[in-house]
Amino acid sequence: MASEHKFDPTNPTLKWVEDRLPLMGLIYNAIGAGFSAPRNLNYWWNFGVLAGFMLVVQIVTGIVLVMHYVPDVNLAFDSVQHIRRDVNYGWLMQAIHANGASMFFIVVYIHILRGFYFGSYKSPREVLWFLGIIIYLLMMATGFMGYVLPWGQMSFWGATVITNFFSAFDFIPFIGDGLVEWLWGGFAVDQPTLNRFFSLHYLLPFVLVGVVILHIWALHIPGSTNPLGIDANGPYDKVPFHPYYTAKDAFGLGVFVIFFAAFVFYIPDFLGHPDNYIKADRLKTPAHIVPEWYYLPFYAILRAIPDKLLGIVAMFASILIMFAMPWLDGSRIRSMRFRPLSKIFFWIFVINGLFLGYLGSISPDEILWFGFEAIVYAQISTLYYFAYFCVIMPVVSRMETTLPVPTSIAASVLEANRKG
Amino acid sequence: MMKNIKIKGLLAAAVAFTAITNGSFAATEEGLKTPERNEYTSTGIFGKFDHASIQRGLQVYVEVCSACHSLNLVAFRTLEDVGYSEDEVKAIALEYEYPELDEDGEETFRTGIPADYFPAPFANDNQAKASNNGALPPDFSTIVKAREHLSFLPWHSVYGEDYIVALMTGYEDEVPADAPEGFVLAQGTYYNHYFSGNAIAMAAPLSDDMVEYADGTPATVHQMAYDVANFLAWASDPTMQERKELGLRVMLFMIVFVILLYFTNKRVWAKVKKGEDIDPSKL
Repeated sequence: MASEHKFDPTNPTLKWVEDRLPLMGLIYNAIGAGFSAPRNLNYWWNFGVLAGFMLVVQIVTGIVLVMHYVPDVNLAFDSVQHIRRDVNYGWLMQAIHANGASMFFIVVYIHILRGFYFGSYKSPREVLWFLGIIIYLLMMATGFMGYVLPWGQMSFWGATVITNFFSAFDFIPFIGDGLVEWLWGGFAVDQPTLNRFFSLHYLLPFVLVGVVILHIWALHIPGSTNPLGIDANGPYDKVPFHPYYTAKDAFGLGVFVIFFAAFVFYIPDFLGHPDNYIKADRLKTPAHIVPEWYYLPFYAILRAIPDKLLGIVAMFASILIMFAMPWLDGSRIRSMRFRPLSKIFFWIFVINGLFLGYLGSISPDEILWFGFEAIVYAQISTLYYFAYFCVIMPVVSRMETTLPVPTSIAASVLEANRKG
Repeated sequence: MMKNIKIKGLLAAAVAFTAITNGSFAATEEGLKTPERNEYTSTGIFGKFDHASIQRGLQVYVEVCSACHSLNLVAFRTLEDVGYSEDEVKAIALEYEYPELDEDGEETFRTGIPADYFPAPFANDNQAKASNNGALPPDFSTIVKAREHLSFLPWHSVYGEDYIVALMTGYEDEVPADAPEGFVLAQGTYYNHYFSGNAIAMAAPLSDDMVEYADGTPATVHQMAYDVANFLAWASDPTMQERKELGLRVMLFMIVFVILLYFTNKRVWAKVKKGEDIDPSKL
């Protein structure tokens, strides 16, 4: 964590402590004046901080909820209702935690796509990018297990459907046959499943904290990227994190909290599913089993492929392929601001992802435009999803004519000022 | 350039918006009607519980619905939140009996106290089914939330209260002309415009003047349905009013705070934004 300023307290007590445990210096160099960031970061760079904020919110509210929640198949549903009805401000904690999961995913999706657009995965930030993907995978697992805990109809059936994915691996010798039973801890989703999901749902967020620390550590080696995508090496290219980005992030965080609070206080159930207000019933399958909204694009990819095993492989591959992005993208320029063709394909990719999400929310045999079933559209969308990584990105990044890139961040600031 | 990104981002969001809103509930069943929107005092950001209606709804629940439907998660003590005094709550609880063991370990009964919950009409699900032609009357504790389908577009949303009013008033004595083609009503079911599949195992539970309201409100089927919907909405989400009241305070605080943060940020960045700190000769 290189920095221009060293933390040097004048207070003798603080100095005494700092000489023995340089914790204040660590913080100073991580998010204080000792760490400097490019001066031209825009609000898309706010979302990493927002994601960190959401992780803390989820852990704090989660710990309070656990004080009242009972992981028992007969009591879990009622205990969540008890939290909402009887616990002081339990309704608030529960609403923050349930909506917080969605908020966490919203900010992380924007954070990831920011990385796509501005080439944050490119050298020298590959490991930073890998850690980000690991964080995302851990979030998916944590979110899924958390959704099972209230033990409503969608919790139970969602858990049944998603754990059943692993039955596709039954061809693996010795372990394949028993894989799903091993996950369940029995022959169906039941008490052992709920207990282990509860345990892991409590554990994984702390694993997340660990990986997030590594993620921030890896970020501090090269420093943040910036909208121009050029290295910030010049004397005037950077500003101290504090007060510049603490002030900017505080404003962004305030706006985000208003957005978050609108859900919590006025539409707390908007992002949930009404069936989760019905206690889990193993004899009654809901008409449509859908996962939480943040898994829908991947659910659509899974269902687009008629073969079960290939569908599962495609679903996992759709995320794991991001590990290859630093090499799939061969452009020497990071930011898509100077890569006009890549930019177009990127926005198509975003819209395609939203469309996949929509397809994941409806039945695959529903008839859509021009009389084709939803699955046909899902197959086309899935094709584009993978083509974006496997064909478009490698080819376009190496062939397109790029626009002239400014010589330095400071120069571009002066240039912009001259233009007014 | 920034503008360009923003416009495209908004466009992408708009596309997703329309896609999702059109899709979520596009799969309407043939013969199934969408419940009409009624007016409630509980809607909107200033929503308040309609105590008079909820109290009438409680009367309908106790005198009619509770014969088959449980309300397992609602305690008598919580009725104080909808305008009953402590003594009135005690009196309501006294109407019920609960099993208890006496000093000799023999089973006996005691009268209810405010801390008790509404007793279930049947001992278990099997007994409930046996008494209802094989159909299980659902518990009412969270029924309004469990029947609420919210959409991005408010006019596409189906609210739980509206569904209950529609269901109570949506019965037909005979299979109507607008039923799905070839519809045959199964033995022991009744035609309803709003129930999925149009055949419901519950006979029309309400008829005019079935209850006599203490406040003199005429007990039409629609009025009783509306009142019981209000009561059940409260039962499903008893902290709604507290939630919206706190929300308003949080929002007002946050808006003022964010305005301050905006100007703080602007002030902090003023010089750097313009590049006044940059010495062009050193670039």
